[in-house]
Amino acid sequence: MDFYYGMAQIVGVHTLLGLSAYIVLLTGQVSLAQAGFFAIGAYAAGMLTVLAGWHLVPALGVGGLAGAVTACAVGFPALRVKGLMLVIATLAFGEGVRIFFFNFDYQIARGDITIGPLGGEGFRQIRFFPENGWTTAEVMFFIWVFVIIVMLVLWWFDRSRYGAVLRAVGEDEVAAQSVGINLTAVKVSSMTIGGAIAGLGGGLYAHYTTHIEHSSFNVLVATFAIAYPIVGGLSNVLGTLLAVIFVQVFLVEGLRFLGDWRNLLFGALIVLAMNLRPHGLLDAQALARVRRLFGKDRGA
Amino acid sequence: MLELQQASRHFGGVRAVDALDLKVGESEIVGLIGPNGSGKSTTVNLVTGLFPPTSGRILYRGQDLAGVPVHRRLGLGIARTFQSIRLFGHLTVWQNLWVAQNSPEDRARKGFFPRWLGGSAGVRGEIGELLEFAGLAHKQDELAANLAFGEQRRLEVARALATRPKLLLLDEPAAGMNAEEVGQLRERILKLRGRGVTILLVEHVMELVMGVTDRIAVLNFGQKIAEGTPAAIQADPVVRRAYLGGEAA
Repeated sequence: MDFYYGMAQIVGVHTLLGLSAYIVLLTGQVSLAQAGFFAIGAYAAGMLTVLAGWHLVPALGVGGLAGAVTACAVGFPALRVKGLMLVIATLAFGEGVRIFFFNFDYQIARGDITIGPLGGEGFRQIRFFPENGWTTAEVMFFIWVFVIIVMLVLWWFDRSRYGAVLRAVGEDEVAAQSVGINLTAVKVSSMTIGGAIAGLGGGLYAHYTTHIEHSSFNVLVATFAIAYPIVGGLSNVLGTLLAVIFVQVFLVEGLRFLGDWRNLLFGALIVLAMNLRPHGLLDAQALARVRRLFGKDRGA
Repeated sequence: MLELQQASRHFGGVRAVDALDLKVGESEIVGLIGPNGSGKSTTVNLVTGLFPPTSGRILYRGQDLAGVPVHRRLGLGIARTFQSIRLFGHLTVWQNLWVAQNSPEDRARKGFFPRWLGGSAGVRGEIGELLEFAGLAHKQDELAANLAFGEQRRLEVARALATRPKLLLLDEPAAGMNAEEVGQLRERILKLRGRGVTILLVEHVMELVMGVTDRIAVLNFGQKIAEGTPAAIQADPVVRRAYLGGEAA
C-alpha cells in the first residue's frame, strides 16, 4: 500500500509544480524558471526544519514566500522579453539557481555529525516526517491538503475577473493594454503566485524525499513543470492534475515493465497525446461533456 | 480635446505620418480618411501610444502624452477599436467586456479584492446595458471567436465603451459590413455623441463618414492634404484627385 501512497505523494507535488507553471502560462508566458523556485522553496523549508528546528507548516510558508519573492524579482526584468527570449532568460535563471545550490555549503555540527546542505553532495537527512513518526499515508494526506487548497484557490481565480484578465493578456497583449490592462502588473503578479506555489511544492518535496540535491531541480524538472499544463490543457486546473497522473502514473510507473523501451515510448506517447488532443487532455469540449454527464450543463 | 502638433512617425525611410496637425474638439466627430497606406491607422496608434511619434507632440486636454504608457492613456479616457479585429477569442462575449472595465471610475468604486477577485454579480447590470447597445445580449455566453464578423465588430466597439472613454478612436469600424449594418453603426455612433463621447473615425466607407462627421481630415502619403466639412471635402478637387478618384467625379 505504501507504494500507492508514495505514488500519490509524487503526483501531489508534481501537480503543484505543474500548477505553478499553469498560472504563468495563462498569461501566455512560457517560464522554465519554475524548477528554480521549486529548489528555493525546497532548500528554504528544509533548512528551517533541519537547522532551525521549525515546525514544517511555518517552514513551508517561508518556502512559498521565498519562491514568491524570487519570482517577483525575476519577473520584472524577465517579463520585458517575450517568447523564445523569455524561455532563454528563465532557463538561465533556473540553471543559475541549480549551480548556486551545487556550490552551496551551510553545515552546522549537531553532536558528532554535521547537517545541512553540502554542495554537490546535496542536502541529506531532512527528517521531519520520520522524526515525528508520520506514516506514509499521513504524509500523503498532508501533501494533498495543500494540493487541494491550491487547486481551489486557482479555480476561484479562474472564475474571477483576475482570471479573465490573465487569459485576456495571454490571448492578445496589444488588445489587453488597449483596454487599460497593465501588462507588467498582470504578468509579474501571475509569476509571483506561480513562484509561491512552486516554493510550497518544493518544501513538500524536500520533506517527503528527505534528500535533495542540485540535480533534483534540473532542466528536466522545469520542462515537466511546463509540460503538465500544456499536455493537460489550460481550460481548467484539473487538466494539469490529469496530465500529472498520465505522465507520472501511466508513463513513468505503468510502463516500467518495458525496461529501456519505456524512455523511447515516453516521448512518443506525449507526442501522440498532443496530436490526439491538441488543446490538452481536458479541453473545452471534454469539459462540456463532463458537465452534461453530471447534469450541470448551464446551456448557452 | 485632442491635438496633434507636427506629429510624425517614420518607419525607416517611410514617412507613415508626416508633420500632421490635427485638432479634435470636445464632443466632435472628426473623420480621418485617405487611401490605403496613407497613415490613418498609424495616427491611431500614435494617439493610443502603441509606438511613440518620431517627432512632434500629441496633446490630450492640454497634457503631453509623450511617455504615457498605453494602459494609462485609457485611464485618461482614450479608447480604441482595431482595424483587424482583436477580441479575446477564447473569452466569452461577457468576459470581453468584463476585463475592459479599467476606467478610473471602476477602479475607485470598489476595493481591490472585490474588483479583482469578486464574482460577476456586481457588474451584471452595467455590462448588460452595453450588450443591449451592441445588440449582443442574446450572445453573452458565446465565445467571442464564434461570433459572426459583424457581431465581432460590434463587440469591439462595446469593449471600447466598457472602458468609459471620453475620446473614442474607431479604426475602420465599418470594414466588411453590409449597407444595413453600416446604417446601424451610424445610429450607434450618433447615440455615442449624445452621451458626450468625442470620436475620431478612421474609415473607408464614405456613406458612413459623410453621414456622421462634423469635420473631415484627408491624409495622403502621411500628409494632411485637406480638412473641412463633409460637403467641402466632397467638392475639393485635390481630394478628388488623390483619393476619391474618377468614380466620385
